[in-house]
Amino acid sequence: MANSTAEKAKVTQAQPEPISVMAVVAPAIGWLIPGAGHMIQKRWIRGALIFISVVTLFLLGLAMQGRIYKANGGEILDLLGFIGNLGAGGLYIVTLAADWGQGAIQFATADYGTKFMIVAGLLNFISVADAYHIAIGKKQ
Amino acid sequence: MTITLNHFSAATVFALFASIVFGITHRENTREMVRYGLYCFAMFLGGALLAGWAMWLLRR
Repeated sequence: MANSTAEKAKVTQAQPEPISVMAVVAPAIGWLIPGAGHMIQKRWIRGALIFISVVTLFLLGLAMQGRIYKANGGEILDLLGFIGNLGAGGLYIVTLAADWGQGAIQFATADYGTKFMIVAGLLNFISVADAYHIAIGKKQ
Repeated sequence: MTITLNHFSAATVFALFASIVFGITHRENTREMVRYGLYCFAMFLGGALLAGWAMWLLRR
């Protein structure tokens, strides 16, 4: 008898929490606009700092004549670069639409620019995950 | 508009913004966020300087 009660308690505990609206919206909007996922959860300073950091890195990368990667199914490094760039969300979409980020091999720092844009995207992925954890209550 | 940063400036800018995001996303309260961010900044920049000197040694 005691065993079945304990087992029932375990099963109840193991059931996953229902997904809230914020748990979907916060990561989505955080991907699109860096830091927005934190701001809509009233973490204003964190959101602002993330926005400034990711956007500045990305724009600096563009200004340094870095290159943006597209999903053209080329080499593995191109694919990894594309995944990194994709993390920047709206910034990446605008850059593609405006046909920026063509790269310029004659500038030595263009390579830095390319890496800056990839890292900006990767940092935004981390921020999206953080916004999700706040939304599900795993983090304050 | 083209911006040209020297190697040290690029490393510092990278370390600064990466550390800010790491501090925010890897810690719970403000004090810990600031401490961890500063730690990450020191590691990024210090690591870059160390790697540079290590490469200089290898080249000698």
